Amino acid sequence: MPASAPAPTDSGHPLAPIPYAVRSTATETPDTTTLVIEPRGTRRISLSRPGQFAMLYAFGVGESPIGISRETPEGRLVHTIRRVGPVTKALTALTPGDTLGVRGPYGRGWPFKEARGQDIVIVAGGLGLPPLRPVIYEIFAHREAYGRVEIIFGARTPKDLVYYDEVQSWRRRTDIRIQVTVDAAGRDWYGDVGVVTTRLPDARFDPTRTTAFLCGPEIMMRLVSEAIQARGVDPHAIWISMERNMKCAIGLCGHCQFGPVFLCRDGPVFPFADLAPLLRVREV
Amino acid sequence: MTNEEHARIVERIREHPFFRGFDEEFVESACADAVERRFWAEEVLFREGSPSKNLFVILEGKVGLEVGSSDRPELTVQTVGPGEVIGWSWLVPPHRWRFDARALKPTLTIALDAENLRHTLSRRPEWGYQFMIRFLPVLAERLENTRIQLLDLHAR
Repeated sequence: MPASAPAPTDSGHPLAPIPYAVRSTATETPDTTTLVIEPRGTRRISLSRPGQFAMLYAFGVGESPIGISRETPEGRLVHTIRRVGPVTKALTALTPGDTLGVRGPYGRGWPFKEARGQDIVIVAGGLGLPPLRPVIYEIFAHREAYGRVEIIFGARTPKDLVYYDEVQSWRRRTDIRIQVTVDAAGRDWYGDVGVVTTRLPDARFDPTRTTAFLCGPEIMMRLVSEAIQARGVDPHAIWISMERNMKCAIGLCGHCQFGPVFLCRDGPVFPFADLAPLLRVREV
Repeated sequence: MTNEEHARIVERIREHPFFRGFDEEFVESACADAVERRFWAEEVLFREGSPSKNLFVILEGKVGLEVGSSDRPELTVQTVGPGEVIGWSWLVPPHRWRFDARALKPTLTIALDAENLRHTLSRRPEWGYQFMIRFLPVLAERLENTRIQLLDLHAR
């Protein structure tokens, strides 16, 4: 696992956040909000790689690691946040013009180099889509560099689908296949119903030359990884993005320790083969 | 039904992933009394509790399997599409459907006659065994998917 030194922010101290301003907000689902933020002054965090995350600081409440869903050349960051605790509650309550602190970007991103020339399978569950969105746009930008592209996106119910309109626009492309499924739905939903694993048999890819990118709940990633492996894909070519409570995000505090690795420093993206034995251990 | 129509049904059943590789004589026998049935979007294939008279083989379209009760709206718990089959209630007593099925878009099926199918399977135990070996994974997969749904992957 590559170990990187703590990344200093432009403020010079690795734990000091840079002030950012909320430019706009969008309600994705009843409990999920997307923030577009931009540097308050001249300082900004370094350019991120797809799959990396930033620590967002709600002043007076605390910090939370949030995947970077998009970064514009002028340094605007897009983060999609679900309200699950006090910090994310405070972050999602921010309105345009409010200030928050940002540190990062941190972690190892998705492995594009290894994926070039391969068929691609992307499986996102719920809020697993935002960290995978940069992957999807990277593939769109260099479509000729990849083989078949299969995207499977699942959520609990239709109202829990984030980026719904954007996903619908992706569906109009003829050079990729997208399947959207929910675990359960009412009669106003005409799409697929069933857990994400039920859509895998329809995915077309050559298992001998496929790279898979998975992000979502751990149990989903394990089950999907096992199903993809059963189709013949090497577990080293299946990449998962892990999530744990983090404090420092620079490999010092140990809050995100997962067996022998620190998710913040060594991940959050890992080959499934590296973590598979740990994913079956209770309460790691 | 004309011989031509029957031959077309047999051909489509042979090509269907669920029946691929089955003994030709079995397929021929299983297709006796089978009919092609088309459903419009929103049309109900069957209701929970009604007699289960068919095994539906999906050729085109999409069908939602629903559960509901008098005090809450129907909930779609699974969708089934081309290459799949619907229904095991016809196989075991009391031969009544355990859920509702509704077409979510125009859907083409072949409805195999349950009584004929049961008779065919019991007449030749080796066919019955082959059929169960093929049918069991469908049931196991649905059970597995239900387990995963119970895990509530997206719970927070």
